[in-house]
Amino acid sequence: MNEKLTVNPIECEGHGACAELLPELITLDEWGYPIIDDRPVPPFLERDARAAISACPTLALRLLRA
Amino acid sequence: MTAATTGVPAEGTATELPRLLPVSGQHQEDWRAHLARHGRLPYRDAPGRLIADVRQAGLTGRGGAAFPVHRKLSAVLDAASERRRSPVVIANGAESEPASDKDATLLWLAPHLVLDGLQLAAEATGADQAILYTHAQRREDVGTRLRQVLAERAAAGSDRVPVELAESPARFLSGQETALINHLGGGPAIPAFMPPRITERGLRGAPTLVQNVETLAHLALVARHGPRWFRQVGTKTEPGSMLCTIRRADGSPRIAEVPMGIPLRDVLGPVSHDGAVLIGGYHGTWAPAEAAVQLTLDNQALSAVGARVGAGVLITLPADRCGLAETARTVRYLALESAGQCGPCLNGLPRIAAALAELAGPRPRRQARADVERWSGLVTGRGACHHPDGTARFVRSALITFAAELDRHARGRCGATNSRPFLPIPGGSARTEEDWL
Repeated sequence: MNEKLTVNPIECEGHGACAELLPELITLDEWGYPIIDDRPVPPFLERDARAAISACPTLALRLLRA
Repeated sequence: MTAATTGVPAEGTATELPRLLPVSGQHQEDWRAHLARHGRLPYRDAPGRLIADVRQAGLTGRGGAAFPVHRKLSAVLDAASERRRSPVVIANGAESEPASDKDATLLWLAPHLVLDGLQLAAEATGADQAILYTHAQRREDVGTRLRQVLAERAAAGSDRVPVELAESPARFLSGQETALINHLGGGPAIPAFMPPRITERGLRGAPTLVQNVETLAHLALVARHGPRWFRQVGTKTEPGSMLCTIRRADGSPRIAEVPMGIPLRDVLGPVSHDGAVLIGGYHGTWAPAEAAVQLTLDNQALSAVGARVGAGVLITLPADRCGLAETARTVRYLALESAGQCGPCLNGLPRIAAALAELAGPRPRRQARADVERWSGLVTGRGACHHPDGTARFVRSALITFAAELDRHARGRCGATNSRPFLPIPGGSARTEEDWL
């Protein structure tokens, strides 16, 4: 997989579920909004990335082809 | 209307300036004067034919982003043929940058050249609909004037595609492309996140070309005189001329049409040795005047101070004003103009503005400067549009350029003797959604 994570900043409401499920690639800023490592998602994190995407209450997180 | 309109004489160049503005300064060009000076519209009688000339001319967008015009034209033409859908062309005259007045001046003095460009862009892309989007509230009589102009053209039978006038709300982001599309589609003028490219799916799903009004005026002249003529002024990599709004420390703003690559010294006039210059407007860059006057007005040269020509706003800060106070006041305005859609911008910009206000006052907390720096980094690249990025660039350049002033404020002093606001800021921020419509 050569994909990277991206967040739609308009949809994102800063619930923070993504950072809990994928702390390796997502941290939260001081207001609770995700800061995303936009390098290609390494294979060993693919499953967690998909979990983070499914957990987003506003469907703001997505994988894009890198 | 900006008081004096001048073309800075381009000595030693093969082509005289101004090209776009009337030679006679303040005089509005009506249809007859326009025809006498420029001649009839050189229609090419088929889509696509103008695009090669535009490419060879090297014309780039004059709204700020300097994107190659031929690439947008080609993208719209291709999308239209692939999807078998007629495109829309939009002349963007929203000019929501408060310090800029060049588009309004151009529309006032030489509207026919802009509308010629709009017709030629419509023909080049095969569009059957054209819109002139302006910030009419800024000047009450502009709407009336443009309706007269369109009537003159209708009487002359010059236009092949009907032109509709549309008004932009008085918001900083109204001219942003996706905000403009949202607004013309009946919604608020707020940006969208990664829409499909508007050249493919823009207004009501149609392939859409959005070009700044000045860009269209240049296009109308490239169509008449060809790419070689266009390149007779400007630099090799950034050809042609551009309109600038110049606000010198000692006088009222002027609009000048200058060759790309003109020495900034010639444009700015005398500057004080420890003065500062704002290049590119409120999403632009403060630079020490001494460094600025060594540079030329093109993106290649300006990158030395991290600046871009943008939409041609050049402001000299008067020696008696405080650059920190001016920056703080402007950033407060920019924070209020956030559409409030994206968390980092919504949270970050007001905090940056508040901390800057503290830095502009006496004896700010030591932490305030570190906060501004951290938040500026934190908001960059995290919005749907570039509003946080542009604001952060402006803020960071202020911290560097006004470093000595920051130290003075830390000791409870200020170098300014005049606290009267200098940079123009419109009154009335948005309170309800109505204000974005």
